[in-house]
Amino acid sequence: MIEGLAAVYIFLLAGFTGFEIISRVPVILHTPLMSGSNFVHGIVLVGAMIALGIAETTSQQVIGFIAVLLAAGNAVGGYVVTERMLEMFKTTGKTDNKGAHK
Amino acid sequence: MELIIQISYLLAAVLFILGLKQMSSPVTARRGIHWAGAGMVVATLVTFAAEEITGNEQAATNVMLIIIAIGLGGGYAWYTGKRVAMTDMPQMIAMYNGMGGGAAAAIAAVELLKAQAAVQAGSHSSIPDYLGADVTVLAILGAIIGTIAFSGSIIAWAKLDGRLNTSKLLPQQQLINLILAVVLVVLAVNVYLSGSLNLIIAFFALALVLGVFITVPVGGADMPVIISLFNALTGLAVGFEGYVLGNAAMIIAGTVVGSAGTLLTHLMAKAMNRSVANVFFSGFGTGPAAAASADVDGTQKEVQAQDAGIMMAYATQVIVIPGYGMAVAQAQHKIWELTQLLTEKGVKVKFAIHPVAGRMPGHMNVLLAEAGVPYDMIYDMEDINADFPNTTVTLVIGANDVVNPAAKKDPSSPLYGMPTLNAEASQNVIVIKRGRGTGFSGVENPLFVADNTRMLFGDGQKVANELIQAVKEL
Repeated sequence: MIEGLAAVYIFLLAGFTGFEIISRVPVILHTPLMSGSNFVHGIVLVGAMIALGIAETTSQQVIGFIAVLLAAGNAVGGYVVTERMLEMFKTTGKTDNKGAHK
Repeated sequence: MELIIQISYLLAAVLFILGLKQMSSPVTARRGIHWAGAGMVVATLVTFAAEEITGNEQAATNVMLIIIAIGLGGGYAWYTGKRVAMTDMPQMIAMYNGMGGGAAAAIAAVELLKAQAAVQAGSHSSIPDYLGADVTVLAILGAIIGTIAFSGSIIAWAKLDGRLNTSKLLPQQQLINLILAVVLVVLAVNVYLSGSLNLIIAFFALALVLGVFITVPVGGADMPVIISLFNALTGLAVGFEGYVLGNAAMIIAGTVVGSAGTLLTHLMAKAMNRSVANVFFSGFGTGPAAAASADVDGTQKEVQAQDAGIMMAYATQVIVIPGYGMAVAQAQHKIWELTQLLTEKGVKVKFAIHPVAGRMPGHMNVLLAEAGVPYDMIYDMEDINADFPNTTVTLVIGANDVVNPAAKKDPSSPLYGMPTLNAEASQNVIVIKRGRGTGFSGVENPLFVADNTRMLFGDGQKVANELIQAVKEL
C-alpha cells in the first residue's frame, strides 16, 4: 500500500512538519505540548487493533490484547491529562482579560 | 470501504498536525487538543471496519477482545488521568507514554510471531521472506525503540513517583549498558536471519532490561529530558510500526511526534546547558567534581514567618521563585493569596520561572495557572534576571538547583554552566524549605548560607499560611 520511496517521502515530510510545529513555542507550553504529542502517538491504538485483528494463535491474541490495552491507555490518558492542563490556561486567559479591562 | 478508511486516516493525520500546531499557542491550545481528539475517535471507529479485522475467521472473537481491551485500558487511563493531582502530572505523562511504546513493541511482536509461525510451518524460509526485508527491519527497529521507551518510562514514572530512589544498580553501569546494547544488536540481526522463537523472546527481554538499565542512573534533575526523549522515541516506534502495517495515519502521526519530540528534548536539554548524550551517558553529579564542591562554608540563618511577612509587606518589589517543593506542598493557592495581599499593600509582585523548574518545563506555569495567577505576572528567566538587583525580597519556595549561584561561579560544581535565576543579586532572599538537605540533584547550594539569605523552614503550604497571617496583622 505505502511502499519504498513513497514511504520515505512521508517520513521526511512528517519529520519536517513536526520540527516546524515546535520551533516557535513559548516555554510555558512545553509541558502541555509534550503531553499533547504524547496523546497523538496514541494513534498506535489503530495499529494495535489491527495486530489483534490479524492474530491467529492464542499467544498472538494475548500479545495483541496487551497492545490494544496499552495503546488505549496511551490515547485516553494522554487526552485526559492534556485537556485538564489546557483547561487551566483558559481560566487564566479570562482573568487576564478582566484585568486588562479595569 | 477501504477508500473511506484511508480518507479517514488522512483526515485524522491532518487533525493531529493542526491540533498540535494550535497547541503551540496559549490562545488556541484548548481547541488544538479537541481537534486531535476528534481525529483519534474517527481513526479508531473506522478501524473496526478494516479488512484486516473483519476479513478473517476469528473476527468475532478478536473484535470482542478489542472492545474489552479498549474498555479496560481506556477506563483505567480515564480514571487515573482525571484523578491525578496537577503536581503528579509529569509521571503520569511518562506512564501513558510508556504504554504507547509498549503497544508499538507488542505490534512488532505479533508481526514477528506470525512470520515465525510461517517459517516453522515451512511455507517461508525466513522472517524477511514472509514480511519483506524492509518491513522486517523496521519492525525490529520499532520493537527495540518501543520496548526501551516502555520499560524506561515505567522507571521514570517510578522515580518521579518516589517509588524508586536508587540511581545505582550495578558497578560500571555504563559499560554494562554498552555491552548489552551490542548484544541486543547481535540478537536483532539473528532474529532477522534465523527466525527462532527463543531468539525473539530473548530479544524482547533484553530490550526491556536495557530500558531499565539506561533510565535508573539518570539523575532526578534530568528526568524531564528523559521523559521528553522517550516521548519522541515512542513516536518514532509508532511511525515504524505504521510502515509495518501499511498505515498512513500511524506513519505521519508517529513521525511528527518523533521529530517534534526530538526538538523539544533538545530545547529542554539546552535550557539546562546539558547535551542529550550527557544526560544519558554520565550519571548526574556522581563524578569526583560533586564531592569536591560539596563543602559550602557558612551556616544557614533562620527567620520566623512573622518577620519574613513584615519584610515582604514593606518591600517595593517581591519576586517569587517557585520550584518543585511548592508543587509537593500544594502551596500555589496560598502563594497567590499572599501575592494578592501584598499587591493590595502596594508591593509589586512578580513570578520568576526557570525553564526547568519543577519536573518539566512549564510545570510551574501550569500550577500557577491552576491557582489563578495571571499571565502578565509571570516572567521567564531571560526577562527577569536583570530585575533582581531592584528587588527588595526574593521569595524562593521549594526551588533549589535553579537558584544555585555555584552554577555561575564554581567550575567544579556539577551544575556549572546551567543558567540560573539571579536570586542572590536581590537585597534579601527568603528561602522556604522543608529541611536543610540538598536539592534533587544532591548539590549543595551556597545561596542558602549567603549573608542576605534567611531560611524559613517548614511545609510550603503551612509557611505560606503563616506569611499570610503575618501580612494580614499589619
